[in-house]
Amino acid sequence: MTAQTHDPNKLGRSAEPNPDGPAPKRVVVSYGFWIFLLSDFILFACFFAGYAVLKDATAGGPSGKDLFELKLVETETVLLLLSSFACGLAGIATLARDMRWFQIAMAATGLLGAGFLALEAYEFLHLIGEGAGPGRSAFLSAFFALVGCHGLHVLLGMLWLTTIMAQAWAKGLREDILRRILCFSLFWHALDIIWVALFTMVYLMGVRG
Amino acid sequence: MSFTGKLGWDSIPFHEPLPLVSAGVIGLVLLGVFIWVWRRGHLPYIWSEWITSVDHKRIGVMYCLLAGVMLLRGFSDALLMRSQQAIAYGNEGYLPPDHYDQIFSAHGTIMIFFVAMPFMIGLMNFVVPLQLGVRDVAFPTLNSVSFWLTASGALLINMSLVIGEFAKTGWLVYPPLSELRFSPGVGVDYYLWALQISGMGTLLSGVNLVTTILKMRAPGMGYSRMPMFTWTSLASNLLIVAAFPVLTAVLGMLILDRYLGFHFFTPEAGGNQMMFVNLIWAWGHPEVYILILPAFGVFSEIISTFSSKPLFGYRSMVIATMVICILSFMVWLHHFFTMGAGADVNGFFGITTMIIAVPTGVKVFNWLFTMYGGRIRYTSMMLWSIGFIVTFVIGGMTGVMLAVPPADFVLHNSLFLVAHFHNVIIGGVLFGAFAGFTFWFPKMFGFTLDETWGKRAFWLWISGFYVAFMPLYVLGLMGMTRRMQHYDVPGWHPWLLVAGVGALLIAAGIACQVMMLYVSIKTRKDRIDESGDPWDGRTLEWITTSPPPAFNFAVLPDVKGEEAYWGIKAKARENRALSDRPDYEPIEMPRNSPTGIVAAFFATAMGFALIWHIWWLVILGFFGAWGTFIVFAWRDKAEYEIPVEEVERLDQARRRSKATLLDLPEEALS
Amino acid sequence: MSERPDEEMARDETAPGEQSEQDSIVGGVRSYVVGLIAATILTAASFALVQFDIVWGPAVPAALVALAIGQMGVHLVFFLHITTGPDNSNNVLALLFGILIVALVLLGSIWIMGHLNHNLMGPMATP
Repeated sequence: MTAQTHDPNKLGRSAEPNPDGPAPKRVVVSYGFWIFLLSDFILFACFFAGYAVLKDATAGGPSGKDLFELKLVETETVLLLLSSFACGLAGIATLARDMRWFQIAMAATGLLGAGFLALEAYEFLHLIGEGAGPGRSAFLSAFFALVGCHGLHVLLGMLWLTTIMAQAWAKGLREDILRRILCFSLFWHALDIIWVALFTMVYLMGVRG
Repeated sequence: MSFTGKLGWDSIPFHEPLPLVSAGVIGLVLLGVFIWVWRRGHLPYIWSEWITSVDHKRIGVMYCLLAGVMLLRGFSDALLMRSQQAIAYGNEGYLPPDHYDQIFSAHGTIMIFFVAMPFMIGLMNFVVPLQLGVRDVAFPTLNSVSFWLTASGALLINMSLVIGEFAKTGWLVYPPLSELRFSPGVGVDYYLWALQISGMGTLLSGVNLVTTILKMRAPGMGYSRMPMFTWTSLASNLLIVAAFPVLTAVLGMLILDRYLGFHFFTPEAGGNQMMFVNLIWAWGHPEVYILILPAFGVFSEIISTFSSKPLFGYRSMVIATMVICILSFMVWLHHFFTMGAGADVNGFFGITTMIIAVPTGVKVFNWLFTMYGGRIRYTSMMLWSIGFIVTFVIGGMTGVMLAVPPADFVLHNSLFLVAHFHNVIIGGVLFGAFAGFTFWFPKMFGFTLDETWGKRAFWLWISGFYVAFMPLYVLGLMGMTRRMQHYDVPGWHPWLLVAGVGALLIAAGIACQVMMLYVSIKTRKDRIDESGDPWDGRTLEWITTSPPPAFNFAVLPDVKGEEAYWGIKAKARENRALSDRPDYEPIEMPRNSPTGIVAAFFATAMGFALIWHIWWLVILGFFGAWGTFIVFAWRDKAEYEIPVEEVERLDQARRRSKATLLDLPEEALS
Repeated sequence: MSERPDEEMARDETAPGEQSEQDSIVGGVRSYVVGLIAATILTAASFALVQFDIVWGPAVPAALVALAIGQMGVHLVFFLHITTGPDNSNNVLALLFGILIVALVLLGSIWIMGHLNHNLMGPMATP
């Protein structure tokens, strides 16, 4: 796949594999993070598997059909999608090396994410208040663990986001900080992908019973 | 809620002298070593050159050291179990059940997570960047964090010896026994948090090495030219990345059950304990390939080197490795055939399990054909390799027997199974680790190991292995189940006595290995590896000096084919000259950082606090670790420069030694 | 993206999450806007499917799965910039490996546990 005849930058070594040696740091860092994200997908796959197996084990307690409120989930979905979009805009602001727009977009990302978390916290507290906490049944255990694991990722992402905002503000858009921003945006977009699987498998299929 | 959580004076097991005395002895030895190091003024050196080092070679050596120390700990558990079973015929033996259960749980946990894993990761860490012809792994500081997190886990496991207790549930803590209702003590919590912390380290190390192999290779080092050990490391680390999240998830679920009253695996409220068994083996089966694949790589390198031939069937070996890598994720149910998933499910997983024997068989034949017609040098490493081939084939065949579901219904949870997995893990992984350690020891420290003691160790280990574990196959067929604290079947007793003798032989083998290290270090002046290529090697790690400079290669090697270094040597012999003197440039290397050990300190504190429900310390530990990473992220200078004169001086010395090795004239250097 | 040094441009690889085709800021924004619109439409379709009686009942789960997979694809392409170009092959290979493992663990567990439940917790054994 590297044997191209018209590539002047390979200095006549185009017939050899891997002509340039180690990849540039930017590629290495984000590729490494990409691998980490794949492992995170597998982590979620286990919680999904747990949920799929236990979703009918309601032990006489409420099922998803009785509990889930789609209006709330809809709002959560919109917030997270917009947050992902804002994060993308922050990435574009780094291309333009525009600190002000970067900070505004990141702040928007964070606020939308915080809104998402607040709604999720409300949902959890509401369920626990109704006596449908994770200790009620295996179904609810699996539900709280799966959704909570996603929420925990969002929470840690917020911690990371504020750290990066502070760092970019203090140090400027340095090469190493740009690499971290790229990793963060990968993380944030990946969380949105997981949310898609989550609202489909848990909430939408859940309310149908 | 009390300030120290569940921790109190009654947590110290004063009524059990054995763990306290042994822990006291270990503590005194460690204190003695520390005082010796401190008096000799080595502390600053150890801090700046080892503990805070981000050099992949140093970290690799520290992984191996951790594995060696934990091997002694895990093996002393094995001696206790073998002696207990040799004695406890018709009586209670000398270990109370409560204590015996902790011993077999700790033995398994330690041997897999803190001996086999760190040994293999250590060798991969040390060798892979050298074989790829690059200067470090993709993320050097992360590498240090990974190591210290693994060490944290090991520390927590050993703390359970003195403070509290360890799990009494076996090394995979099956619920419902491991649930709070049946195991209310801290033993299972020690297990859970030690593995969560060290598992995090292992996952990060896997990410690191996958990225290194896929994105950091010397010019010309294409996939079809990577040495076999690097290929098997790639497969092994892909499996780490894919499997360890499963372990994290399933242990996380058990933690939720135990700490927050969830019902994943409880017998009540709809929980399903078989879900735990299912998920933990979805990690557990890939795990055994994580361990064995790098060992396959080690043997490939050694057999090829000491047969003075290229590896037979390189491409088939690569394909077999990657096929095993994928297949290993499709067989996990064979660990619980008896759970009752039914004939079609059992049939599917039985067949996939048997299919794995095919690529493994390809490998065995490749090794044999590599030796065939070669000029074999019977060094201790070669003995380990041949011992491995024979032993592993036996273990593999009993594995195929266990893969037949009806046979498994008879053999499940019997000593036959115990014999089988020791057969493949000792005969495969551990022999591989010893062979690889001997093979790369001169690269690590600059002098070779003593062969006489090495060979004595091999013969004692292999005979000890057969004497200890062949009786267990027989006992398994006679119906003895695993983990028995005492028994009253007269027919079993002689076999268990024989197995006990085998354990003693292995103990003698370990003593020979300690002697080997002692003698080698004492006579190191006579065994210095001047050339950096003591075995007439074929891959790039032998082109540099022993031990390599911090930057590994003054100029990244230009790879022209398989067996890169062999090609360069052949060319130099043919031309009667080394390659042209390169243009040296200053080299930037990553700066050392205490991030790893400081983060691990907070992780240990947090783990300990979680075990004992000391909530303020949990919060402190978390923010401490986070703060550590912020401090690391805030630094402005990540690298230091090695001046060009230094690079040139070191590389010219290396070129002189290579000219001597290849018997080239003085003018060949220019 | 013009800041990338020349040697980097010459390589046959792109960092995951990095745009390779549209080197301009306008192109980048366009990619995100298109992604946002597509994702919104697909999400709305999913929610509508459940709330209103649009398709034949038993087909709804399959339709939901299809929409979810479509939306994940939209995210991957427009937000994460994973494409099928040669510069991206390594990233795609890694992703495929991840998807394979996710599928094996998820479907394998469901299959195994389904059979276990069927065999061991039949109607009479249900608590």
